[in-house]
Amino acid sequence: MSTLTDPPKAQFQLSMLVNDTRYRSLTFQAIAALVLALAIWYLGNNLIQNLRAAGLNISYGFLGDPSGYDINQRLIEYDSQSSHARAAVVGVLNTLLVAVLACITATIFGVVAGVLRLSNNWLVSKLMAVYVEIFRNIPVLIWIIIIFTIMTAVMPGPREFRGDNATSSMLFDLFAFTNRGVYIPMPWFESGFFASGALNWLVVIAALVGSFLVMRRIEANATKTQEKTGVRPKTKLIALGVWLVPLALVLFVMGLSWEVPELKGFNFKGGIKIGGPLIALWFALSIYTGAFIAENVRAGIQAINKGQTEAAAALGLRPGRIMNLVVLPQALRVIIPPLISNFLNITKNSSLAIAVGYADITATLGGITLNQTGRAIECVLLLMLFYLTASLLISMVMNVYNASVKLKER
Amino acid sequence: MSDTHAQTVAFVRETQIPPAPPPGRETGVYKWIRENLFSSVPNSILTLAALALIYALLSSTLPWLLNGVWTTNSLAECREVLDGKLGACFSVLSERWNQLLYGFKYPGTEYWRPNLALVLLLVALAPVLFFDLPRKLLAFTAIYPFLAFWLIWGGSILVPIVALLGFVAAGFVFQKFGKGSFALGFFGAIVAAVVVWNIGGFLIPEGASDNAMLSAVPSRDLGGFMLNMMLGVTCVSLSVPLGIALALGRQSNMPLIKWICVVFIEFVRGVPLITLLFVASVMLSYFFPPDATVDLFLRVVIMITLFSAAYIAEVIRGGLAALPKGQYEAADSLGLDYPQAMRLIILPQALKISIPGIVNVAVGLFKDTTLVSVISMFDLVGMIRGPILASTEWNGVYWELLGFAAFLFFIVCYGISQYSQWLERRLATDHH
Repeated sequence: MSTLTDPPKAQFQLSMLVNDTRYRSLTFQAIAALVLALAIWYLGNNLIQNLRAAGLNISYGFLGDPSGYDINQRLIEYDSQSSHARAAVVGVLNTLLVAVLACITATIFGVVAGVLRLSNNWLVSKLMAVYVEIFRNIPVLIWIIIIFTIMTAVMPGPREFRGDNATSSMLFDLFAFTNRGVYIPMPWFESGFFASGALNWLVVIAALVGSFLVMRRIEANATKTQEKTGVRPKTKLIALGVWLVPLALVLFVMGLSWEVPELKGFNFKGGIKIGGPLIALWFALSIYTGAFIAENVRAGIQAINKGQTEAAAALGLRPGRIMNLVVLPQALRVIIPPLISNFLNITKNSSLAIAVGYADITATLGGITLNQTGRAIECVLLLMLFYLTASLLISMVMNVYNASVKLKER
Repeated sequence: MSDTHAQTVAFVRETQIPPAPPPGRETGVYKWIRENLFSSVPNSILTLAALALIYALLSSTLPWLLNGVWTTNSLAECREVLDGKLGACFSVLSERWNQLLYGFKYPGTEYWRPNLALVLLLVALAPVLFFDLPRKLLAFTAIYPFLAFWLIWGGSILVPIVALLGFVAAGFVFQKFGKGSFALGFFGAIVAAVVVWNIGGFLIPEGASDNAMLSAVPSRDLGGFMLNMMLGVTCVSLSVPLGIALALGRQSNMPLIKWICVVFIEFVRGVPLITLLFVASVMLSYFFPPDATVDLFLRVVIMITLFSAAYIAEVIRGGLAALPKGQYEAADSLGLDYPQAMRLIILPQALKISIPGIVNVAVGLFKDTTLVSVISMFDLVGMIRGPILASTEWNGVYWELLGFAAFLFFIVCYGISQYSQWLERRLATDHH
């Protein structure tokens, strides 16, 4: 005879908080929340006490005060009477400038070096291997300092360009490489539609965007015709016209002219001056990150099965088309994710500008402004906020692009 | 059958022709050069361009290198010796050798201490790096951090001994209770260590460091390449366990813990190391109690460790994600609880997958230690840019100094990456 017993009554015991999987995760999270709250309270309390002891408070009012320092390289109007906030904006624009420039050149260096490293020319591939190993294994700070030294200590000074028997001369009479920076001709408009130069350039950009849109229509029509008849209409000449004619027209109407740098007094005047610090930072970041990108490109191309190339060749495709239609689209999927993080690294490494005196956000807001006002907490927080935003934006944009090239599975 | 052929004798060769050597242009160096360097016209152009580049590089650097002067006391003297010829002035290296390696404040009579610490570091690292060595050597690895601390900073030997005792107590408690319940053992170990350190803190007499066996050296006197090495080794070894914890936290299914880890990792990875160093130098002291004086070295170690831990956590997360789901399920089906499954099955495999990534982070971190020169610590780069180039004797010797720094970093970083490739081959359990 069997007796039915009730299932044991659920009885809550204290040990179940740790041993029962139903409660354990809650226990641990409660502990974590407690520890976190305690840590924040402890740090915040210390902060308040320390600030009170130092007679400080958290306030961003200093941003409106006149900065009192000059910035050499700037994209917008700025002088020493401008506010600290404006100095920070100048720094932000300078950071973005050097980051964008370095991303472009690093990609070029990286792709060239990565492809050449796979070359069947033994000498060239070994040379590229040496380039990659040397640049990857030496700190970028040392590269920046080395190139800055070349710029300031080795390049000729402006006075060496003077006189009949000058020791240095300008390249093509257009470019001057001096120890104060590189001077290049500056385009400007004699009879622009607007008073401000930036707005006139917007007109040029609008013309280019228009050409681009028209070209897209023409290409789409060509594809349609090709699908219908099998013959693709020739578009190359039309494309040339669509790109060049509106651009030339706009530039002619607005009266494009060039301001060539000239030696006047002790220094070059006119043209665009690209300062030594900017060049050092730009070039060093490019060759350093280029070495990393080269490895990614090589890995990406090597990840494509050799059978793909052979199959494409068996279909009768020429080598150039195999590269464009078969290998690269697949390799891009492998290359792009690490490329995103390389772009992020360039942006973050541009903060090393402070070592050579390029006025990026770290040097203005985190350097001079911080030292002048003593507002360490506010400045560092703003600095971090800026970099966080920039990083998130870059990875967002590049992830959208990544999604557009990734394998579409159906 | 016609008889045309009746008289013709069929020629049948009865012996084999001895194999002839291939034609001259199909063998040896000639063939190699033709195939690898001059296989086509563009290829030949590339080769010639590369040769021209190599010639240009070597013809300008080799005379400079070989003609170097090693034994003068200042740049002016060096220029006199060179007498207008092209040549490097390496005497700055031989004259400032100690400053480059140890900084300019470390007492000269005590250089043997960091040297000994470096040699012992190699001994301590050996069983970690080459696991064919006897496991007993790991005991020395465990003692090494305390020994190295005592050697480099000097002062009372009681401090590292108390620190060591705290860890011993923690290990003992974990051994005793960790078998039953991991959580109990883990938290018990932390409590035990804190208790021992607090008791030990009372026992160390006030002036113990004043007449200690090794004279005390304050952190701000450390410098040169030694500082880079110390920061690199300390931060990497501290950030690996922290990174593992963060990666596991990020994978956890407890939402609160997961979000703490995610926010921390993404925040740290989104900002440059320089801003974190600013935090260490100007901001962090606001967060410590008013009477505590935490020295700059420690603050920098804290920030760099947090920085690299975030990166290592992402690498290890990749390793965890790469493991087949079956491994997790197998661990569950064996009845292992979470700590056991992680320690015995998941982490060993995930870490093996993550080795190349971890080494990458380590190399990057070691290179990044040069950034401390920005917050005016005199590491190798800081020494070169600061005291040495600013001195009247050596104002203007850029290439020799920067080249030396680049050379030192190259040697170490290239060595580490070669080691990781060896390790990958060694650990490869799949057969191709």
